[in-house]
Amino acid sequence: MKTEEQENNRKERKLVVPGEVIIEGDYLPGDFTRNESGKIIANRYGLAETTGKVVKIIPVSGVFEPRRGNTVIGRIEDITFNGWIIDIDGPYSAFLSLNECPRFIDRNELPNFAAVGDVLSLKIAGVKKGGIDLTLKSRGLGTLEGGRIIKVNPHKVPRVIGKEGSMINLIKDGTNTEITVGQNGYIWIKGSMDDEKRAEQAINLIVEESNHAGLTERIEEFLKNGGKE
Amino acid sequence: MAYTKRLDKRKMDELRPIKAEVGVIPNADGSALFAFGKTVAIAAVYGPKPLHPQHLQESDRTKIRCEYNMLPFSVTERARPGPSRRSKEISEITANALASVVDLKRFPGTVIDVHIIILQANASTRCAGINAASMALAHAGVVMKEMVSSVSIGKIDDKIVTDITKEEEDYNEGEGATDIPITLTSNSQEIVHLQLDGKIPTDRFKEVLKAGKEACEKILDYQIRALKGEKIDETKPLKKV
Repeated sequence: MKTEEQENNRKERKLVVPGEVIIEGDYLPGDFTRNESGKIIANRYGLAETTGKVVKIIPVSGVFEPRRGNTVIGRIEDITFNGWIIDIDGPYSAFLSLNECPRFIDRNELPNFAAVGDVLSLKIAGVKKGGIDLTLKSRGLGTLEGGRIIKVNPHKVPRVIGKEGSMINLIKDGTNTEITVGQNGYIWIKGSMDDEKRAEQAINLIVEESNHAGLTERIEEFLKNGGKE
Repeated sequence: MAYTKRLDKRKMDELRPIKAEVGVIPNADGSALFAFGKTVAIAAVYGPKPLHPQHLQESDRTKIRCEYNMLPFSVTERARPGPSRRSKEISEITANALASVVDLKRFPGTVIDVHIIILQANASTRCAGINAASMALAHAGVVMKEMVSSVSIGKIDDKIVTDITKEEEDYNEGEGATDIPITLTSNSQEIVHLQLDGKIPTDRFKEVLKAGKEACEKILDYQIRALKGEKIDETKPLKKV
């Protein structure tokens, strides 16, 4: 668990439970909170954070909540006459339209580009009521071949990526692997068998120890020792 | 002889030793264990996730599907596995109680699955199940306005008692036994589930509600502490033979 000191270094955060009064007085309710006659009350389990007058909750658990612009990794679930239905492990299954592919694909050749069970990295083009639209029209998107896929808690993804990709670049360089991280918690790793395994262990370590200080140093150490702590 | 002392020597308004913990099922989105003495329930929550077949979807809200299941070895006489009339009823009332606090408008057309498993039964299983499910829902990051807590209040002979056991449920001297499971929400103190098995005069019902409110407050405290990472276990370890 966190020590007192580390806790104070950060912005004040505390774990709250639905229905709990976070703070009383002249504050504004932010994400996942509500105001009931001067009391700010939690609507969700997570870390409550007060920035100035605004109180919000940072989720720590739960399913992936799709937003426009997120990069995700998904698996083809089904093929329709004009696109693919893709499982991205969110509240709704997502659709990749033929029009959203970067190059021309004949309608009859959909399975040649991506068959059921294939894995792709995609971008969320939009979220509408009861459905998610995906696109491949961006840099670095497309089918993922070889390698392995692991699943982590989607709310830990920012920790895995680190500040401006610092953490993920550290792992990439340290293990000599190619890695794509989806906001939905799926992570694709490709390299030699041993390198993949080390990268996977490093990522799992980040997820387990995500609320400890000095995580970057520990991961550096971990990679230097060739996958031993 | 009148019922002056409880069979397990508890005070009239005392709960059994509580066990509470979250995260007991790693593969679920949220999970929890809750136990009143020898009654042990675990709950797992999955979702919100797509709902198939499509005709079951409710286009303007999330559906809460609940499955209450008593394991065959949870009772003295082996329970036939699979859904029964009783378990279907409990599943339904649990789903209703939980739906009253969850934000159903957030992901319309989806489903949240709640699985409750009774590992060991000694009366009040539905209450333990609801308590565990409420913790598991919160643990799964489901948006909900408050928690729910549940307790069974009994009238044994002419005494109002909290959290009754199987032995008390079977008490048949004097006025006999009445079992009243109650579920309350944590902030607004609304009754979201109430059942009555037996007989009780209307003028004594207020006492039952008062006892229920007091007990639910205590239970809520355990639920919150467990969600904040504490592993609560008040049960005495078994003696070494």
